[in-house]
Amino acid sequence: MGFTASSDDRLTTDDYVSGGAAQTAVKILVVGHFAVGKTTFIGSISEIEPLSTEETMTQAAEAVDDLKGVRGKTTTTVALDFGRLTLSERVVLYLFGTPGQTRFVQMWEDMARGALGALILVDPERLADSFPVIDLIEQYGLDYAIAVNHFDGNPERAERALREALDLLDETPVVTCDARNEKSSAAALTTLVRYLLDRAS
Amino acid sequence: MRAGGEDLEFEPADLVRAYVITKGRELPDEQQLSLITLVTAAPQDGRRPARLTPEEQRLLDICSAGYLSVAEVAGHTRLPLGVVRIVLAALTEGGHLMTRPPVPRARNADKDLLEEVLNGLHRKFG
Ligand SMILES: Nc1nc2c(ncn2[C@@H]2O[C@H](COP(=O)(O)OP(=O)(O)O)[C@@H](O)[C@H]2O)c(=O)[nH]1
Ligand SMILES: [Mg+2]
Repeated sequence: MGFTASSDDRLTTDDYVSGGAAQTAVKILVVGHFAVGKTTFIGSISEIEPLSTEETMTQAAEAVDDLKGVRGKTTTTVALDFGRLTLSERVVLYLFGTPGQTRFVQMWEDMARGALGALILVDPERLADSFPVIDLIEQYGLDYAIAVNHFDGNPERAERALREALDLLDETPVVTCDARNEKSSAAALTTLVRYLLDRAS
Repeated sequence: MRAGGEDLEFEPADLVRAYVITKGRELPDEQQLSLITLVTAAPQDGRRPARLTPEEQRLLDICSAGYLSVAEVAGHTRLPLGVVRIVLAALTEGGHLMTRPPVPRARNADKDLLEEVLNGLHRKFG
């Protein structure tokens, strides 16, 4: 990192939020275990090149205090992927993707605060890896839908078995999704939003 | 772009630099500069350009051509989110930056927003 102006600083008009002054920003989380397809999903529907930012797990000032005592100590950071969808002159939607590690409490609080809901990506071949993520989302009180990411060559699984394995409520939407495909990803997101709307009504 | 999701090691030197950049300021109010708070440079009103630190100037420059979310400012500059928040807070305090925090969540507001989101998704993706 550094503060010398870099090529990243040269933004084009499209990088800015169109109609910014009138826009309300909302966010939805796209979560799931490592390599489940979060970055792919965000990339396939974002209107901007997906961005990534790091959240340090220790606040800057505290970290320096720590360094006085512990030479060479490193602080873990976690990368947060995100994309943007301008949906009208009034609403711009941000999608934030992050893995579900419970130890990143600070980041989870940041992400979860004010989120409309969460789309949980699930690989049916690795269901157990999704338990911690689902627990976290429930812990933060976020409504969610499940997007089953069907990887090539894997057998189709019955939705009922998956619901049982993940211990889902009957009302929780489950939708299959190819995260590489824009329409498929958009359909999964739409399913979530329709569910959120039902819950809000 | 770095492949997201993995743990990254953050070197102590970077942390010290981050601290110097932010002059050890307190972290700003979480709501005021949330990930999706939209920020833009305030109109100059013919005022004399203020004395800003290079990092304040750099972030203000990025915000001068329109609105970006706090997360996007961090993403474009590749600076840690915590640092970006602090510098943006200082700019806001100094009157150089305007912020649009997201609306507080309330059930009715949510419903209107969700409807708008759903309609927008339909318009965009059919
Ligand atoms: N077949 C298939 N592959 C996918 C899908 N989504 C992601 N992938 C691949 O899975 C790998 C991991 O995806 P990535 O988005 O980086 O996962 P992340 O760690 O959750 O961000 C990449 O090689 C993707 O191309 C999908 O829906 N179907
Ligand atoms: Mg990723």
